[in-house]
Amino acid sequence: MANCGCTEYSRAGRGLPAIEPGMPLPAGTGLTRRSFLSRASGLAMSVYGAASLGPKAFEAGIAAAAAQSAEQRILVSVFLSGGVDSLTVLAPTGHSRYGSLRPALAMPADQGIPFAEDTSLRWHPSVASLATLHDEGKLTVFPAVGYDDPNQSHFTSRHYWEVGEVNPSGRWGWLGRFLDRHGAPDNPLQGLTLGWELQPSLAAREVPVATVSRPDQYDFWSPGVWGPVHDQMLEAFGELGEASTGDAGLRYARAQVTATSTLRSQLEPFQSGYSTPAGVTYPDAELGRRLAALSAMIEGGLPLRVVAVETGGYDTHSNQAQTLAPDLDEVTRSLLAFQRDLEARGLADRVLVHVWSEFGRRPEENGSGTDHGAAGVGFVMGSRASGEMVGSFPGLLDSQLDGADNLRATSDFRGAYRALLEQWLEVDAGEIIPGASSFPAPTLVRP
Amino acid sequence: MGDTKWVDPVAPADAAARRRKRRKRKTRPRCQPKRRPRARADSLYAVDSKRRRRKAKRRVCQKRRRKPVRRVPLQPVPPPPAPPSGAGPAPEFRLSSPVATWSGAFGVREAERLLWRAGFGPSPGHAQALAGMGLHRAVAALTRPEGGQTFTGAAPTDGDGNPLAPEDAWGHDHLWFLDRMVRTDQPLVERMTLIWHDWFATSNDGVGQQNLMLAQNELFRRHWLGSFDQLVHDVTADPAMIVWLNLDQNTRWNPNENYARELMELFTLGADRGAYTETDVRELARALTGWDNDWSGELGYHNFRFVQNRHDASAKTVFGQTGAFGWEQAAAMCVRHPLHASFFVEKLWSYFVPVPPPDGDRAALEQLYVQSGWQVRPVVEAILLHPQLHEGPRMVKPPVVFLAGMLRALRRAIDTEAWTWLCEGAGQVLFHPPDVSGWDDSRWLDTSTVRGRWELVGYALAGRELEDEAITGYDISETPETALALARAAWGDPQLTGETAAVLTAFAEACVAGPLANWQRRQYRGLRQNALRHLLYFSPDLQTS
Repeated sequence: MANCGCTEYSRAGRGLPAIEPGMPLPAGTGLTRRSFLSRASGLAMSVYGAASLGPKAFEAGIAAAAAQSAEQRILVSVFLSGGVDSLTVLAPTGHSRYGSLRPALAMPADQGIPFAEDTSLRWHPSVASLATLHDEGKLTVFPAVGYDDPNQSHFTSRHYWEVGEVNPSGRWGWLGRFLDRHGAPDNPLQGLTLGWELQPSLAAREVPVATVSRPDQYDFWSPGVWGPVHDQMLEAFGELGEASTGDAGLRYARAQVTATSTLRSQLEPFQSGYSTPAGVTYPDAELGRRLAALSAMIEGGLPLRVVAVETGGYDTHSNQAQTLAPDLDEVTRSLLAFQRDLEARGLADRVLVHVWSEFGRRPEENGSGTDHGAAGVGFVMGSRASGEMVGSFPGLLDSQLDGADNLRATSDFRGAYRALLEQWLEVDAGEIIPGASSFPAPTLVRP
Repeated sequence: MGDTKWVDPVAPADAAARRRKRRKRKTRPRCQPKRRPRARADSLYAVDSKRRRRKAKRRVCQKRRRKPVRRVPLQPVPPPPAPPSGAGPAPEFRLSSPVATWSGAFGVREAERLLWRAGFGPSPGHAQALAGMGLHRAVAALTRPEGGQTFTGAAPTDGDGNPLAPEDAWGHDHLWFLDRMVRTDQPLVERMTLIWHDWFATSNDGVGQQNLMLAQNELFRRHWLGSFDQLVHDVTADPAMIVWLNLDQNTRWNPNENYARELMELFTLGADRGAYTETDVRELARALTGWDNDWSGELGYHNFRFVQNRHDASAKTVFGQTGAFGWEQAAAMCVRHPLHASFFVEKLWSYFVPVPPPDGDRAALEQLYVQSGWQVRPVVEAILLHPQLHEGPRMVKPPVVFLAGMLRALRRAIDTEAWTWLCEGAGQVLFHPPDVSGWDDSRWLDTSTVRGRWELVGYALAGRELEDEAITGYDISETPETALALARAAWGDPQLTGETAAVLTAFAEACVAGPLANWQRRQYRGLRQNALRHLLYFSPDLQTS
């Protein structure tokens, strides 16, 4: 494992001395793939040394990690839950009805940052990070993404996005279906939720997926148990999940225990923490911390393929002017820091980020906030993102809004999924998104 | 169709089935205490994980010095639910139900499940006491208790011996409700309160005032098995709800649809069933205009009231009916909607049984519900008597139910604030549901929350583990079978599947296998007993009922 060809690649340009197995890590550097692996084998040896009985679950995790190619592409899904107000993110200051629809909330036309691809729109100052990324060609913008006959329930509309079809009874996430076809039967890290609970878009029928809040907080302490008995105990932990049963509830609980045990062995090397490259600063907020951990996990060589994270608070029915901008600022700065982090680690060509919300908000404000709308804003971020706008801004005139006075979609989320599957994950979208061929696939990935 | 929650419990992404994780954030400046950082957990638990491990490694080969042990005193056991006194001694006492009732044996195993589904599991001896009553009496003991609740045992404290401040201190609201679950002699009252809290899910993340949240909790408790019609009426005028779903910002000048939509979608009718249109949402919002309150730095939100001038008194058309409807009609019309009873029965059933009722039974329960004037008690009684509860598949216990049951079994009082952040890791902080649709009962378990439950068991056992001489002087000849029997007894002898017993026995053998010195043969057996207690209650057998 220590001889895999990726070592030089991951250290390229960082001016570090060669790290040989057994050498201590240079202080202040991030985890390299090699340092991860040498640590892992050191830790595996200490497990052997402490317990005469084989830690097979741990071995399986290491083997799975090592077997994955370091060149595997990763897709990260960032969900802005609650329905983010697209007319704040990209303010249509060049449209005549904007001021009358938003008497309290409209941004004056001389504020904000110009949006190069459509001069009638301006970035809100709170999303300056997105403007920076867009200027660098690393941000693809969907000014009005959605679907026909839009549903204005949070729960129904996000469900459509999560299952990748307009079908209330869909049961598996679109990323989960990708893993069912192209994932491994024993690697929960292939579909990783960064958070407390599983993101439904990752719900898979056949294969295990993982949920973890932070990789350095995944220990399993027990009062009055230590040493070899504790090692044996963690073995038994895994075995509690393995027996088969005819009871559906018990089967579910056991499967989750097994997945937890496998993930524990995969994350064991991170128990001593991780670091962020010099010059990269994340906002001190949940999303930032999670993306910082994710970047270290990718460099550490963990076998990730699709990752989902949710960040909420966008259901701005009231007091939108006070609450929305700080949230947007925090989230978009976190995204920019993640991109910079990946660039510093030399990983930016392997990661693409898709940012979405279940709907936009109604163009006409309700006093101090906005109610649920239809089409909204979305993004694809990454060094390999095409950087070209997908669909145009549909306009705010009566004749341009839909029958419920909401923004019309100028691109369909299923077309975006199709493009991500075909162009980034390089698989047949037709097997994953029902009717994929009927949705035009925009160019999302730079060749 | 409908807001059903039963689907195959293996991670469905069914919209109709799921309850969501959208976090509502407070929408105006409010002062909210910051959550206490994890490191500030009280001294008993303050050892951070690295130090724990280092300490642990050292312990393997060194003789440990004696240190003072904080022992957690045993709580008295709350009395089991009392059988209905009006029922008389005759063994043929029966509750009425329009659907099938369980006619098989009602033994300790069935009583355990009933106590978990309709409460928080057995205290030592309860399952036996309930089994002796027979099914109908046991159900009536839960649904028709006499008099008020009695709370047995020590009052809850914060870990430093101080009483709780549920209206003020962060997390004490959670501890306050949890304590009621642990010490009550009327567990279904508290379980129904939890169900309504999930059903009309309101989060203090958006309300920002624990006093309003606690008042809402008392509202749910008051209506526990009463009229759902009255419950919806009172919830619509409830201050915490008024703040949570912006009813106080819903005026005739600027209608705010938030409450109107969720009242129909989540509380009474369900999405995507054809029960209402987007126009109904907008019209109902107008009917619900008029609420107002005052805010001050000292009192927060107060003086909740209906202000006629804020109300839109003109005609609205809702569900095809036109009139100058106000908030009371708005609430009542949703409950009287022809598609409400089916929504209600499905949703209520799903809290107790993980597979849907047979169609005929569902229709009979709808009829029972409507004919009783939207009473909850008869429907709950019919569900608790139903064969599918007693012979159907297991259900995952919600995290706080799991924890409350564990503390009941251990006879442990609320004596630390740690339960609040530990429950966050397990996926359920009371008064903080993830969003207005409540907790997702179909996916309590994943790799994050499973670890959270591991920690819950560890902290429940902390302060009770064998230490010092109890370990160094442990019985050198104890067999694996005896070790497991002792671990079971520590939890009040819960039922285990054969598979789980086999894994635990194999573990008990493996950790003392190989050539060991005599001190190790003693010490490892002591550690083994600690480990077995932890593994046993963590096992999937005990995560489900």
